[in-house]
Amino acid sequence: MPRFFEESMPTLDHIRNFAIIAHIDHGKSTLADRLIQRCGAIADRDMRDQILDSMDIERERGITIKAQTVRLAYPAKDGRTYQLNLMDTPGHVDFAYEVSRSLAACEGSILVVDASQGVEAQTLANVYQALDAGHEIVPVLNKIDLPAAEPERVRQQIEDVIGLDASDAVMISAKSGIGIDDVLEALVTRLPAPVGDPDAPLQALLVDSWYDAYLGVVILVRVKNGILKRGQKVRMMASGAVYDVDSVGYFTPKLVKCDQLGPGEMGFMTAGIKAVADTNVGDTITEDRRPADTPLAGFKPSVPVVWCGLFPVDAADYEDLRESLAKLRLNDASFQYEPETSAALGFGFRCGFLGLLHLEIIQERLEREFNLDLITTAPSVVYNVTLTDGTVEALHNPADMPDPARIDHIEEPWIKATIMVPDEYLGAILQLCTERRGQQLDLTYAGNRAMAVYRLPLNEVVFDFYDRLKSVTRGYASFDYDMDAYAESDLVKVAILVNQEPVDALSFVVHRANAESRGRAICQRLKELIPRQMFQIAIQAAIGGRVVARETVSALRKDVLAKCYGGDITRKRKLLEKQKEGKKRMRQFGKVEIPQSAFLAALKMGDER
Amino acid sequence: MNPGFGIYVHWPFCLSKCPYCDFNSHVAGTIDADRWRRALVAELGWFAARTSGRTVTSVFFGGGTPSLMPPVIVAALLDEIAGRWPLAGNLEVTLEANPSSVEADRFQSLRAAGINRLSLGIQALEDGALRFLGRRHDLGEALAALDLAGRTFPRTSFDLIYARPGQTPQSWRAELERALTLAGEHLSLYQLTIEPGTAFAPAHARGDFILPDEDAAAEMFEITAEVTAAAGLPAYEISNHARPGAACRHNLTYWRGGDYLGIGPGAHGRLGAERIRQHRAPESWLTMAEKDGHGTRARESLSGEDRARELVMTGLRLSEGIDTETFVESCGRTPDSVIDPAGLARMVEGGFVESGPDRLRATKRGRALLNSVIATLLAD
Repeated sequence: MPRFFEESMPTLDHIRNFAIIAHIDHGKSTLADRLIQRCGAIADRDMRDQILDSMDIERERGITIKAQTVRLAYPAKDGRTYQLNLMDTPGHVDFAYEVSRSLAACEGSILVVDASQGVEAQTLANVYQALDAGHEIVPVLNKIDLPAAEPERVRQQIEDVIGLDASDAVMISAKSGIGIDDVLEALVTRLPAPVGDPDAPLQALLVDSWYDAYLGVVILVRVKNGILKRGQKVRMMASGAVYDVDSVGYFTPKLVKCDQLGPGEMGFMTAGIKAVADTNVGDTITEDRRPADTPLAGFKPSVPVVWCGLFPVDAADYEDLRESLAKLRLNDASFQYEPETSAALGFGFRCGFLGLLHLEIIQERLEREFNLDLITTAPSVVYNVTLTDGTVEALHNPADMPDPARIDHIEEPWIKATIMVPDEYLGAILQLCTERRGQQLDLTYAGNRAMAVYRLPLNEVVFDFYDRLKSVTRGYASFDYDMDAYAESDLVKVAILVNQEPVDALSFVVHRANAESRGRAICQRLKELIPRQMFQIAIQAAIGGRVVARETVSALRKDVLAKCYGGDITRKRKLLEKQKEGKKRMRQFGKVEIPQSAFLAALKMGDER
Repeated sequence: MNPGFGIYVHWPFCLSKCPYCDFNSHVAGTIDADRWRRALVAELGWFAARTSGRTVTSVFFGGGTPSLMPPVIVAALLDEIAGRWPLAGNLEVTLEANPSSVEADRFQSLRAAGINRLSLGIQALEDGALRFLGRRHDLGEALAALDLAGRTFPRTSFDLIYARPGQTPQSWRAELERALTLAGEHLSLYQLTIEPGTAFAPAHARGDFILPDEDAAAEMFEITAEVTAAAGLPAYEISNHARPGAACRHNLTYWRGGDYLGIGPGAHGRLGAERIRQHRAPESWLTMAEKDGHGTRARESLSGEDRARELVMTGLRLSEGIDTETFVESCGRTPDSVIDPAGLARMVEGGFVESGPDRLRATKRGRALLNSVIATLLAD
C-alpha cells in the first residue's frame, strides 16, 4: 500500500474523536496533559501544566476560551495503533454555542467528576449538551487518591442526578498518573468510530478559528465527508466566501502540516484569510467546484447578549482603546463594538459580549495586554422594544430608550438556570431567585445537595447575581444557564439626574416593581461619593418625568487656608495648580463639577453589591 | 494705593517645638549671638545695595521665637535698617513673642530697641488646651504678659487657635468673648489645621485626637466673624481682625502685592518678578551669609501671569478685596487677564464674589470657601 494512502485515508475504525467535559477545577486540563504525555506526543522536557491553554488568562483562571485539538497515536492493547483526536472545548455557558460545535465534531466524551466534590451545575449542563450531540459518554472519577474522595457516593450521584450508568466509571488520579491507560482503553473500546464517505462532496465543520501572526487566520475543522486538501478551492456555505487552501494539518500539540484531511479527521486549514470575523463558527466548508447539496446542521451566527460601555479613564487613551478593540476582534469575532459618547465619561465604545465571563475576559485582556485603564458601565441585556407604530427596536443601551409614550411594550430575554447547592443554603437561594423575579421549574435532591431549576430574567442575572449567589452560599453553589425565550415585562428606564441633568452612564432598565429601591440605592451611593461643593447638589432617580428617589449633597461651608503669609505664597500657588490638574478629571453638571472618580466608584460598587 | 515695602527677619530658634507648627524653627543649645548679629546685618546690607532708595514701611521679626533674640541684635538690625533705607514716618516694627515670664522680662529692652508693635502667641485661654498645643506658658503667665505688653508697646495683638479637639461652637464663642475683653486693637484667630511634618500629623492619623467636623468648624468660623465684628474688630483678612486703621501693615503688604525682603534662615522675599528663598538650615545659612554676605538658596522668576494669579489668590483674602489700580501697578496686568469669565459669572451669581470696574472682592460667604472660589476664578 502506498504511504500516501496509509497516512491520509485511514480506515475510520482507527479513529476516535472525543471531548473532555468537567466542572472547573475537576481536573480536565491535568487529564489532557497526562493523555498527551502517555501517548508520547510531547517530550517530557517540553511538558508543562495546562499545555492546551495558551493564553495567560486561560492558564490563570483555569478556563478554556479557545477550542484546540490534539492528535494522539495510541498503541492499544488489541495491538493496533489508534488515532485519538482530543477536542479541548471551552466549558463556560457564555461560549455555549462554541461548545456545541466542538461537541458536534466528536462522537464521544469523557465526563470528569471530582470524586470528593461530586456533580456540579456546569457538569450537568455540559453532559446534557454532549447527550444532545449523540455522544457516548465515559464517566471518569478523578482525584480518587485524595482522603476526602467518596467514589461510591459520587458514582451514585452521577446515576441519580444525570441518569448515566456509572457502574464502569474509570477510577483515576490525573495528578498522580493513576488509571490513565484505563481511560485510553475505554476510549478505544467504548466510543464509536466516526463514519463518513471519502468520495462524497466535501463537508467540513468550522469548529473555531484564531489569528496567528505568521499564518493569518487558522481554522479548526472536522471533516465529515469528502477530502480537504492543500491547493483546493473551498467555499464557506453560510457566508458564500471562496478561498484557496494554503495548508492543512493537525496539532500534536505542535502544528504539523500534511497533504489532506479525510472523513472523521480533525485538524486545521489556512487560506489567506485576514480576519477571524470572516469565519463563522458552525459554518460548513465545502469544495467550490463540487459543493455539497446541504450544509451540516446547526449553524447559528453569534449574537452578543450582554452589552456595556467601555471608556478610557484618561481621555487621551481613546485612540489606543479603538486600536486595541480592533486587534482583539481580529481574534474574537463574537464581540462587537461601536463608538459611544457619554456626558459623564466622555468618548468610548458600546461593546457586546456573549455573556458576563466573555465581558470580563475582554476587559481584562484590554487592561493587561494593551495596558489600558478602563471604566466599565453596568452591563445591560438586549431588549426588544415594540413601538406604538408596530416597529421593533433591539435596545442594548438604556440611554437610547425611546420616550415611554412611543412604547407599546418591551420584551426581555429570560434564561433557564440550574443551581446546585448544599441543602442548608437552599432557603437563601430560593429567596434570591424570588427577589430576582425567578419562576421555579424544578427542585430535586441528591444526597445532601439540592438542584433548583429556575426561569430568570437575564437582566436580573447581569446585575450582581453571581456575587450575591456567592455571598449567600459562601461560595458553595454552582450555577449554569441556557438562554430561554424573550417575554414581555413591565420594564422602565430609570434615569439618574445630577442637578436635573441626566448622567447617561448610570441610567438602567429595571422591572417597575424594583425601580424605586434600585434608584434610591444608586442615589445614596452617589451622595456618599460626591464631595461637597460650593452649591447644593440634587441627586434624583426618575422614571420619565417622575422622580422616585432624591438625595441632596449639602453645600460646602468652609474651604479656606487659615494662614497665607509671605513664605506660604509659592506653596499655595502650587496647591492651586494641583487643583487645576484635578479639574481635568471633573465633569460639569449645571453649576457643579463632579469628579469622574465618583461615577467610577458608583459603577464599581454596582459590581460588588 | 501704595502696597508698601516690608522687611521680614526670621529668628529660627525655639525653646521647644510646638506640635502644630510647620514653620522653620529649631531647638538649639547655645547660640553665638555675635556671629548671628554680624551675619544678619551682612544680609541686610547685601539686600540694601539692591533696593536702595526704597522707603521701608514695615519690619517684622518672626520665627521661631524672636522674643528669644538678644535685644542687642534687634537693636543692631533696626539701626542697620535705619542707616540703609529711608523710613516711613509711621514705620511699623512688629515682633512675635511668647507670653512666658522669661520673655516678658525683655519687653522693656525690646521696646527700647525700637519695637512698636508686639504680637503675642497666647493660642488659647484655657490651661488644658495650652498643654495640648505644647505651649510652655499657662494662662496666668499669658494674662500677665499681655497686661505688661499693653503697658509697654503702643500697639499689641495676640493669636488664638480654635476648632481644637473637644471644642464646640458654644465654648469657642465664650472663649472669644473673653479674648475681646482682653484685646487691644488686633487679633489673629486661626483655625487649627494639621500640617504634614508636624508632631500632630502622625498623632492625628493614628486617631489620638479628633478635630471638630466640617460643619462645626464652619460654624466657629461664622461665630468668629460675627462676634469680632460686634466688638468693633471685624475681619480684614481671613484670620485677622482689627479696629479700623489697626491692621498689620506688614502683612497687608504681602496681600496687596507689595515687595518684601526675607532676611535670615528660610525667609522668603519677593522683589518685582523675582521670588527669593534663603537657606532653611540655620547652620548652612549662617556659614553662607558669613562667606558671601547673604544666604540665598534659590531665586525663581515669576511670569506676569503667575504674579497676577498669586495676587488674585492673596488679594481675595482681604475683606477690602483687590483694588484694580494697585493690582495693575504691582504686576502690570489687570485681574481680568487671568480670570475665567464663565467662572466669575458663576461666582457672582452664587453670591460669592462682587465685581466692579475698580474692585473685585469675595463676599463673606465667598471668603469661607475661598479655595473653591479661587480655583473657579483661575480655571483655564
